[in-house]
Amino acid sequence: MEGLLRGASAIVGAAESDLGAVAAGLGPIDLMAQGIARALEDCGLSLKEVDGLFCATTQARTSGLSLAETLGISPAFIDTTILGGSSFEFHVAHAAAALRAGLCTTAVIAYGSTQKTLGRRQASVREWNPYESPFRPFLPASAYALAASRHMYEFGTTREQLAAVAVAAREWALLNPAAWEKKPLSIEGVLSSPMVSHPLTVRDCCLVSDGGGAIVMTRAEEARSLEKPPVYVLGCGAAITHATISNMPDLTVSGARASGEAAYKMAGLGPGAIDLALLYDAFTINTILFLEDLGFCKKGEGGAFVEEGRIAPGGVLPVNTNGGGLSYCHPGMYGIFLLIEAVRQLRGQAGARQVEGCEVALAHGNGGVLSSQATVILGTAATL
Amino acid sequence: MERIELSPLAIYERHLEAGELAYQWSAEAQKAVFTPRLLCPFSGSTRLEWRVASGLGRVYATTVVHPREGEPYNVALIDCEEGFRLMSRVEEIPPEEVRIGMRVAFRVHRPGGGEAPYPVFVPVERP
Repeated sequence: MEGLLRGASAIVGAAESDLGAVAAGLGPIDLMAQGIARALEDCGLSLKEVDGLFCATTQARTSGLSLAETLGISPAFIDTTILGGSSFEFHVAHAAAALRAGLCTTAVIAYGSTQKTLGRRQASVREWNPYESPFRPFLPASAYALAASRHMYEFGTTREQLAAVAVAAREWALLNPAAWEKKPLSIEGVLSSPMVSHPLTVRDCCLVSDGGGAIVMTRAEEARSLEKPPVYVLGCGAAITHATISNMPDLTVSGARASGEAAYKMAGLGPGAIDLALLYDAFTINTILFLEDLGFCKKGEGGAFVEEGRIAPGGVLPVNTNGGGLSYCHPGMYGIFLLIEAVRQLRGQAGARQVEGCEVALAHGNGGVLSSQATVILGTAATL
Repeated sequence: MERIELSPLAIYERHLEAGELAYQWSAEAQKAVFTPRLLCPFSGSTRLEWRVASGLGRVYATTVVHPREGEPYNVALIDCEEGFRLMSRVEEIPPEEVRIGMRVAFRVHRPGGGEAPYPVFVPVERP
């Protein structure tokens, strides 16, 4: 992203809130606050120091106000940009800009959702669209199913290849104690699950869970004095192509191509330098599209790329090592969890799923119906 | 800009009530514009002219929605001859038999009960 400097800011703290099905009566702001408390504890900073607040949720009309009130702070800078699940990758770039401009010194980015306990329809009310709603698409799943249908038509991608994405995510999830899913999953198990919107079965679709989390960002100078090794922001890129699936220019090419190019350019790196790819997997087709659009393989070859465990533990490219939105957790907007997992892996704190020699991680957020794409490339001190 | 007396949606629905599928044409960009709006997303021009489509098109993408209750149904994106795309469904054949590339023709669906009419499509050649 032009105007941002490689390595000028860093993520210094990261934590999840409670996940899965949280205690009755907890709301999205509670989970944001819990995530922030844990992320501040993670880096040894306190609420008094937080002067930059970034958050997004579909469950609060003015989430910045609610969160500031709950925290008891009056931050100098607030940004409640909401562009779907990728909002938090957008926030990272915005926070990097605000830190650089001196608008704040300690930024927190937070998310919370209780869509499981509340019910998805109540947690995320959909606007009536006279050009789409009469046809009763099951959104967002049907939009991704339409994209999958076109990918299958143009490139011969198969349902088995889509299923391989879900199986790989499950294998990683079994290595993550915080993951919701605890049982193995086979390709046959994906294919024989109830159909949601053809070609996507329920196992091609992300979980519906509660959860949230937060990260803390500072300028690099301040980051170096804190307890944990800083995770530097090397590159950021973003692209928006449409809001409704009817208006997506080409259903087989997402804005990840442009957001990835911008992030790689800022980082001075290419896909070959990425040790870990965290790709927003709301649906199995996402992972395939983003592997292509972010340059890990050619357009149309994403289906073949994910076969035979190539993105599973022990494969050629570690992808979604936390188990992803498909098997770890997916409370409506998942983008914050990509950043949390990147931090853990780059610090070497990922336990049984730790990627060896993980120095550079790419976190790619997706929002809406393939609408908003934001890529963040993060690295250890060795990458500066 | 002059004050709007009829919204793009109202004009679109009036055409549907007359059995027509209408879209907007941007002379500035020499492109069809859909969904209907107040300015051309390609040029920024507010001079958009209404045209009536031939009603012929091809299926660009298709899915079958499986609701928790009730029968599965088709949702498709249709590329119309005039160069615009819209969401609709293909009727008269089982939803799983709708194929990408299939030639389809528009007809108006009138749900009644105070609901606005909307465009659906049927195959031009029967499989």
